[in-house]
Amino acid sequence: MSDLRALYQEVILDHSKRPHNHRAMADATRAAQGYNPLCGDKISLFVKLDGTRIADVSFQGSGCAISTASASILTETLKGKTLAEAESLFQTFHNLVTGKTPSEGSSQELGKLAVFSGVSQFPVRVKCATLAWHTLRSALAGGQEPVSTE
Amino acid sequence: MATVPEVKTSLHSHFDVARVRADFPILTERVHGKPLVYFDNAATSQKPRAVIDAELHFYQSLCSNVHRGVHDLSERATQAYEATRVKLQRFLNAAESREVIFVRGTTEAINLVASTYGRKNVGAGDEVLISGMEHHSNIVPWQMLCEEKGASLRVAPISDRGELILEEFEKLLGPRTKLVAVTHVSNVLGTINPVREIIAMAHRRNIPVLLDGAQAAPHVPVDVRALDCDFYTISGHKLFAPTGIGALYGKAKLLEAMPPYQGGGDMIASVTFEKTIYNSLPYKFEAGTPNIAGTLGLGAAIDYLNQLGFDRFAPYEHELLVYATEALAQIPDLRIIGTAKEKAAVISFVLDGLHPHDVGTVLDQEGIAVRTGHHCAQPLMERFQVPATTRASLAFYNTFEEVDALVKGIHKVKELLG
Repeated sequence: MSDLRALYQEVILDHSKRPHNHRAMADATRAAQGYNPLCGDKISLFVKLDGTRIADVSFQGSGCAISTASASILTETLKGKTLAEAESLFQTFHNLVTGKTPSEGSSQELGKLAVFSGVSQFPVRVKCATLAWHTLRSALAGGQEPVSTE
Repeated sequence: MATVPEVKTSLHSHFDVARVRADFPILTERVHGKPLVYFDNAATSQKPRAVIDAELHFYQSLCSNVHRGVHDLSERATQAYEATRVKLQRFLNAAESREVIFVRGTTEAINLVASTYGRKNVGAGDEVLISGMEHHSNIVPWQMLCEEKGASLRVAPISDRGELILEEFEKLLGPRTKLVAVTHVSNVLGTINPVREIIAMAHRRNIPVLLDGAQAAPHVPVDVRALDCDFYTISGHKLFAPTGIGALYGKAKLLEAMPPYQGGGDMIASVTFEKTIYNSLPYKFEAGTPNIAGTLGLGAAIDYLNQLGFDRFAPYEHELLVYATEALAQIPDLRIIGTAKEKAAVISFVLDGLHPHDVGTVLDQEGIAVRTGHHCAQPLMERFQVPATTRASLAFYNTFEEVDALVKGIHKVKELLG
């Protein structure tokens, strides 16, 4: 059960049951939809940009515990960050969940996102953890097409 | 926790499940250190030793092309290949062996009918009627056909129990309906459709019927002549045979009038650069070198099933289904999706507040293989307003103890994630 405990840490379960920033955003400047055909998870991500800074970020949709918690913690983490910081976090987070060697200073950068370290032991769940992040990138790139993990 | 009868297997002494399990080498595998509990039979079934040996035998002692050579190996391979066609003819109770076309599986069989019979007979303004519980493979080929021809795809609704609403189905049969294509057994709900009534209703209006038998063939005896269906499709890999082999049954009269599916070798009688004369049935639809090893494996699977006997394993499977349904229904916050009166051994369920993907991951750690997701039936998920389900699909080699393991596993899921 130890791998499972590492995957489903309390923080993840809390966020999946009571996701933060789980709301639509009327004055969003960017939005995108993400879809994971494997499990049917759908997510809408909303971003309000203030110049190159993320003033607000929220999401809607339903998904598994991993994808919901990931979206919730993403919104918490990115509020107030610059676009460059967000992109850097995406890379660091991606390395974390795919089990790549962490770069120097990554644990400090990750903060609460570190609770997703257990995902790397479950390769089929990587897409769940990264769905919100891919959707964020699509929103920031101004993409109109829903992103898919496939 | 479900109450568990103490000596479960003795109730079913007429079916020696331990002996049957010994025929399936994979069932001794361990997953994450636990004995494998394989409940993903609707995705693909496991293969008995006889099937594995048949494929091996082909490559070790028989390997050659069919319908080609004058040499002895080719002759023997051809005989074995064609003998399998006859086995399938008997298995489906078709009138003639030339009504059995070897294909890759149900998906290819349906695409074959859509692009030959469909293209020839469905025109602008016409309709193809399917049901609300179809697998994507019995939706998308018809959608593609309708798009190409300017025809429309109509969908007969299903009830909350997951049963086809026959009155609504009949209302959708009209002068524009050129074909009915429905599943015999639902891969998600387990529903066994009232196919005799469906066919009778359609035939009263001279509309041919295709039955998707991918999920039915492993669970119920199929008699295409008694059913009077026009087309029937099966996938070998769901029938304890190898992947990449299946069959299309079609009434000879219909098959003869259909244009070929793919062009190539074997499907021709003669070729000149000016004109090609197509081969007769069944070869007209079998272009190129077929999956010979897979075909022989399918033949071995049918022999195996005949030896085992539907009359012996089907009642056992049904008892397993009833037992599993009752045990799962006792779990708080668990809802079974698909409660038709007539069901095959497929149980889809959702747990309040828990996503199937998480359920599947935890069960996997217990060695229990279930399917989670939309099961290639997204419109059906929409119908029941769930993003996905967890599905346990059973076969005759499953046991009551394995059902208990599943129930225990679900309690673990709730404990861990609830």
